[in-house]
Amino acid sequence: MTPLDYTLAELKQQLSARTLSATELTEAVFARIAATDGTVQAFLTLNEEQARAEARRYDDKYVQGEGIGALAGIPAGIKDNIITEGLRTTCASRFLDNFVPVHDAFVSRKLKEAGVITAGKLNMDEFAMGGSNENSAYQVTRNPWDVERVPGGSSGGSAAAVAAGQVPFSLGSDTGGSIRQPASYCGIVGLKPTYGLVSRFGLVAFASSLDQIGPLTRTVEDSALVLQAIAGHDAMDSTSANVDIPDYTAALQGDVRGLRIGVPKEYMGEGVDPKVKQAVLDALKTFESLGATWEEVSLPHTEYAVAAYYLLASSEASSNLSRFDGVRYGVRAENPDNLIDLYFKSRSEGFGSEVKRRIMLGTYALSSGYYDAYYLKAQKVRTLIKQDFDQAFQKYDLLIGPTAPTTAFKIGEQINNPLQMYMNDILTIPVSLAGVPAISVPCGMADGLPVGLQIIGKPFDESAVLRAAHLFEQATEHHKLRPQL
Amino acid sequence: MSINLHDVEHVAKLARLLLTDEEKDRYTDQLNAILKYADKLNELNTDDVQPTTHVLPIRNVMREDEVRPSLDRERVMKNAPEEEDGQFRVPAVLE
Amino acid sequence: MPSTTFETVIGLEVHVELHTNSKIFCGCSTSFGAPPNTHTCPICLGHPGVLPVLNKQAVEYAMKAAMALNCEIADISKFDRKNYFYPDSPKAYQISQYDQPIGRNGWIDIEVDGKTKRITIDRLHLEEDAGKLTHMEGGFGSLVDFNRVGTPLVEIVSNPDIRSAQEAEAYMQKLRAIMQYCDVSDVKMEEGSLRCDVNISLRPVGQEEYGTKTELKNMNSFRGVVRGTEYEVERQTDILEDGGTIVQETRRWDESQGRTLSMRSKEEAHDYRYFPDPDLVTLYIDEEWKERVRATIPELPDARKARYASEFGLSNYDADVLTSSKKLADLLEESLNYTKDAKAVANWIMGDLLGYLNQNSKEIDDVLLNGQNLGEMIGLIEKGTISNKIAKTVFKEMLESGKAPQAIVEEKGLVQISDEGAIRGIVEKIVAANPQSVEDYRAGKERAIGFLVGQVMRETKGKANPTLVNELLVDVLKQA
Repeated sequence: MTPLDYTLAELKQQLSARTLSATELTEAVFARIAATDGTVQAFLTLNEEQARAEARRYDDKYVQGEGIGALAGIPAGIKDNIITEGLRTTCASRFLDNFVPVHDAFVSRKLKEAGVITAGKLNMDEFAMGGSNENSAYQVTRNPWDVERVPGGSSGGSAAAVAAGQVPFSLGSDTGGSIRQPASYCGIVGLKPTYGLVSRFGLVAFASSLDQIGPLTRTVEDSALVLQAIAGHDAMDSTSANVDIPDYTAALQGDVRGLRIGVPKEYMGEGVDPKVKQAVLDALKTFESLGATWEEVSLPHTEYAVAAYYLLASSEASSNLSRFDGVRYGVRAENPDNLIDLYFKSRSEGFGSEVKRRIMLGTYALSSGYYDAYYLKAQKVRTLIKQDFDQAFQKYDLLIGPTAPTTAFKIGEQINNPLQMYMNDILTIPVSLAGVPAISVPCGMADGLPVGLQIIGKPFDESAVLRAAHLFEQATEHHKLRPQL
Repeated sequence: MSINLHDVEHVAKLARLLLTDEEKDRYTDQLNAILKYADKLNELNTDDVQPTTHVLPIRNVMREDEVRPSLDRERVMKNAPEEEDGQFRVPAVLE
Repeated sequence: MPSTTFETVIGLEVHVELHTNSKIFCGCSTSFGAPPNTHTCPICLGHPGVLPVLNKQAVEYAMKAAMALNCEIADISKFDRKNYFYPDSPKAYQISQYDQPIGRNGWIDIEVDGKTKRITIDRLHLEEDAGKLTHMEGGFGSLVDFNRVGTPLVEIVSNPDIRSAQEAEAYMQKLRAIMQYCDVSDVKMEEGSLRCDVNISLRPVGQEEYGTKTELKNMNSFRGVVRGTEYEVERQTDILEDGGTIVQETRRWDESQGRTLSMRSKEEAHDYRYFPDPDLVTLYIDEEWKERVRATIPELPDARKARYASEFGLSNYDADVLTSSKKLADLLEESLNYTKDAKAVANWIMGDLLGYLNQNSKEIDDVLLNGQNLGEMIGLIEKGTISNKIAKTVFKEMLESGKAPQAIVEEKGLVQISDEGAIRGIVEKIVAANPQSVEDYRAGKERAIGFLVGQVMRETKGKANPTLVNELLVDVLKQA
């Protein structure tokens, strides 16, 4: 056993009991990264020196028995679109190759307050656009279960690092499935909270009305612990919800007897791998055995979600990414002829092809003459999709289905077909459009690759989502499987 | 609706992107495929549907008019590609 | 050949910076004149990942301004992004308001050549200001200072109701006065806190549809508005009379050359791609909030003007001039706590004060005059302590030192000599020394007495009571 075989909850306990030091844990993390990241390629930037200094500081505090944060001395990886003061933040884009933020994101600060040590910054699809990490300007992160396959995305580095046992947990961001889908592909737990539960301040915006930060962990209990540290109102984010934050660990207690589960028939239809479907049906049997009931429900507008999502997210992105102009920060093209040339060259050299494609799509959808047909239409369809969920939640406590239609695909397999790539998010996108919380937990294996179960809850009812996921995890062994690296 | 090469060039200009001929052709094809797929939305009658900009019913979020410390200029300029006299320098605007 | 007569059609887009303490979406100071980029932070610099949070005071100032312009206030308002690339716009979009502005359908009355005219206002919306670009000499580049970026602005868009440069100026003056009365802006054109774009077109008299317009951008002086508009009207008239057509374009007024210049029209047509800003939430403005803001609006220029005429008996012209600036009007009212003679106060303000400011190119804020001093000075004249002439010296001293009139009079020994015996002695001396004038007077040349009065005043350094001097001179001359 190494310290990295333990869950966050166990590590927390060992650190408090001083059977393990923060320094030992931090050294184990960097040793594991050194041993495996040549293969996995999850990290873009390591924070070794600072991390070691912080570990020593926490060890001193533990020795002195000082009151310290809930996760003091525990190292974590942070997705590289979350701003970290003094630590390079690239969004996996050439454009921000040299960008060193002058302040912390809300969640970076919250993690520091909880005592978390930042081990480094994790790879992703450039500006979170993609579902495979193949759109990173730097490297393609590998799926620890099969290094020929993608880890999913866009939080692929965050998922692979946890699955590979490099860090006890990581933070990712989810716009249309970017936490849940890689968690599913990598056989770990990924939670997308309700839109507004976690502040977006310091998360480099992709699609502002959809982006949410959430934890990637090995267990549901760990997910609850991390969520506790980062959830809460932030006056710096106008879209941050001012709601009471419950004790998520306490919420894991209890049972699911009498729980009413709806299974959207559109999530179990054509296009979903039969083996994935079977794993989900098996999971539903487990819930039955725990005393819950389930039945089929319809979310009739599901098939329109992907189209609406790509129009909305790309439109917002086209505007959000306009600030990358080479004037105040970032990589400026060399020897521009004039100002206009500076813009064209800096942006063309700085952005990769998927980012350009989405900027093009979004610019078009917002442009004069097309706004009503595309952007406004998509906003209206979003309303219909949200209503599907509102209606379903009048009858059911939770909705359950697969996280992704398939298991992890091979690197290079879909790279030339954007539309096919977009379809991998078909089951996570509707949830993002509705803004409701959802978790992906391991629910079995198909041909040696993990399958994720998606549990969807009512707005701000993370407690119910976590409880159901936790009880399922306790009743099964899937989360105990580890990839061989 | 479909998008042609001319549209792609126009949009690229609006977005300040310089595209190679190969990219223009590729984006024309790919954007057409995506837009064709998006035409699916027209199957839905949304005449009486309100658009959703925010999923949460949050309103009137405001702060009091209080001055907070600005950033030291050294930090303002920390990431500047080109600086002169405490200002950001850019090439001449083409007149 | 009689040429077609054209009618000028003008619409104004006026930008007014609101004088909040902090910027509209972050806590940086809005104060003017700080070293470049020292009033900036990651939010107003548009760093990756930052978010805007709306300044409540900016919203309330905008509401107040809209109410003072007789606008309907929106029940629901929101913010939109206006997308365009320019180095003074850090996010490459300006947060503005597109289809749900704070105010709509307002109006103000202006007065030109004694006639009142109503100019209607289409909308008033709230937005953020841009940074400042300085072009380097020799065309080597530009420098960007982001101190101003994020200063709250209202943009006030008039309907094309204006028909001449004079009306345009009167409209700007009135708008400026109203903003000043509401205390929502410094409205200093020279500092850029008040500026406007002028849309100008011509059409044959009697034609309903508008002609092609040109837009004069970023006018930052009243003089520029008048001269630029006049020039543009003339330019367009010449083109149309020669049978030419007007090109729709943006032009700028070059003060030194005294003409308008095209600002390149080859740039592709703008497509701002407005869409609702997902980082900001909707504003719901209920009646209670509206009433709370409405209660803070003071008496506005038109109301004061009417009151000055009815209450103080001032002429329409005087009342107009005095209420055109809140500071002048406030000075008048403060003075009236110390004297009852409104007409005298008005004369001193409109004559000596404005004359002084004009001559020295100063603003009212640059002088140290207050109402109490002015009122008391008029009291001293009424009591005969000082003459009108002496008062001019005292007034100038009050402007420059801020001292009380009584103190100035004592300090400089300016008390009027009203002692009959003392003056009679001097009068007799002057009469004796000027036999020629005495002769002239006797010969019926009334003017001669003026010369003699002047001599007496000179002898007394202006301190002799002029009425008494006159009386005594007549008396002495009769006896002589």
